[in-house]
Amino acid sequence: MSYQIKLEAFEGPLDLLLHLIKKNEVNIYDIPISLITHQYLEYIELMKEFNLEIAGEFLLMAATLTYIKSRMLLPQEEKAGVDELEEDDPRAELIRKLLEYKSFKEVADELGKREEIWRDIFYQGHEPAPAAAADVTEEDKEELMIEVGIFELIDAFRDVLDRLPDKKTLDIIPEELTVRGRMTAIIERLETEGINGLTLYELLDNDSTKRSIVVTFLALLELAKMRVIRLLQVEDRETIRVFKAESEEKAEGI
Amino acid sequence: MEDVEIKIILEALLFVSGEPLSVERVKNVLEDIDRGKMRNLLWDLQHEYEMRPSGLRIAEVAGGFQLITRPELAVWIKKLKKVKQSTRLSKPSLETLAIVAYKQPIVKSEIEDIRGVDSSGVLKGLLDKHLIKIIGRKDVPGKPILYSTTKEFLQYFGLRDIADLPTLKEFSDLTVEEGGDTSIVEHEEDAPVILPLEPTNP
Repeated sequence: MSYQIKLEAFEGPLDLLLHLIKKNEVNIYDIPISLITHQYLEYIELMKEFNLEIAGEFLLMAATLTYIKSRMLLPQEEKAGVDELEEDDPRAELIRKLLEYKSFKEVADELGKREEIWRDIFYQGHEPAPAAAADVTEEDKEELMIEVGIFELIDAFRDVLDRLPDKKTLDIIPEELTVRGRMTAIIERLETEGINGLTLYELLDNDSTKRSIVVTFLALLELAKMRVIRLLQVEDRETIRVFKAESEEKAEGI
Repeated sequence: MEDVEIKIILEALLFVSGEPLSVERVKNVLEDIDRGKMRNLLWDLQHEYEMRPSGLRIAEVAGGFQLITRPELAVWIKKLKKVKQSTRLSKPSLETLAIVAYKQPIVKSEIEDIRGVDSSGVLKGLLDKHLIKIIGRKDVPGKPILYSTTKEFLQYFGLRDIADLPTLKEFSDLTVEEGGDTSIVEHEEDAPVILPLEPTNP
């Protein structure tokens, strides 16, 4: 399969780390580095499997984590006079970076909320909002929904893959199994039966092979990137639902 | 001139002004009235608009005052003007904007250092949308480009000035020892800050 999606357009290694920290409900000031490193590397493997082009930054972070982990394993050097271990915590720099990044993400969320309000405000000389360039429209009926990040999506697909029966079948793959074809199929299904969105499982119910699941995953990513669909979930770790983005005409005819 | 008269003039000026009307610009028109009084009268007017049933209100954005519509009327306005619903900024764009806003002037490598990812594409997009601008080059080897946010940025998010941004939480704690002062524009006076629209915080 020669189909690749560039991940960095979505989120970066720090996002992945924050995702893992949140998912494991661990203390950011005291990161269990061994556990997090292990899971981080697992994600990279999974991304490879999903044919995501892994940006250099992800690999650099993997190296950094491994390095920190190895330093944590070493017995503490007995430095004469220095009783403060905090200074020597090999995680310190990473934690500082994560906290800094996290606080900027919080501000970004705040800006997102303001943007939401100010999209609905008009004034003299009002021109289409600067972000209007792409001309994509969407109607937000699902106020309780939150947008799904790439790592939540990977999690969901990992669950599906894990549930696949582990039987060794011969992979006889019909030629028509392409990402492009799957993209069309998804849109068609959303148009006919997906007025209120479809869950991932509903979309996947005909997929029985690992490869076809991977193709669906890539198709969804590509559609999300093109903003043809939206991926939403009610709350963290709830089932992910796929919606078709509202068309312009519909939005205008309120 | 009576206060009422001045307020009537101010209202007319606000109506015709195509951009946020700064006290300085009003001062060029109404020369005899001092700035402090002008500001107070504008706040009065703002208050009056809030008090009466009206489709309009006065917001303090991007260093000036502006007549704006109430957000709940958007449905009707869009019907009249056939406005296309604009796309929202992506998460990476919002993140990058937040970083530029707090750390400006800032070079690309500093932004990437914080975000941990290449940010060239995002920066270009933000430049195209006039939410950030190039304000020069940093005097270090390579002379990297310095970015800052624009007036359109303030207007887009309905911010009075950069100091209107929420304070960085943990991060501000961490940088105390550096004496990092993130505020770039200072409030001119200790006046009651009436935010145009506070996002409702749970």
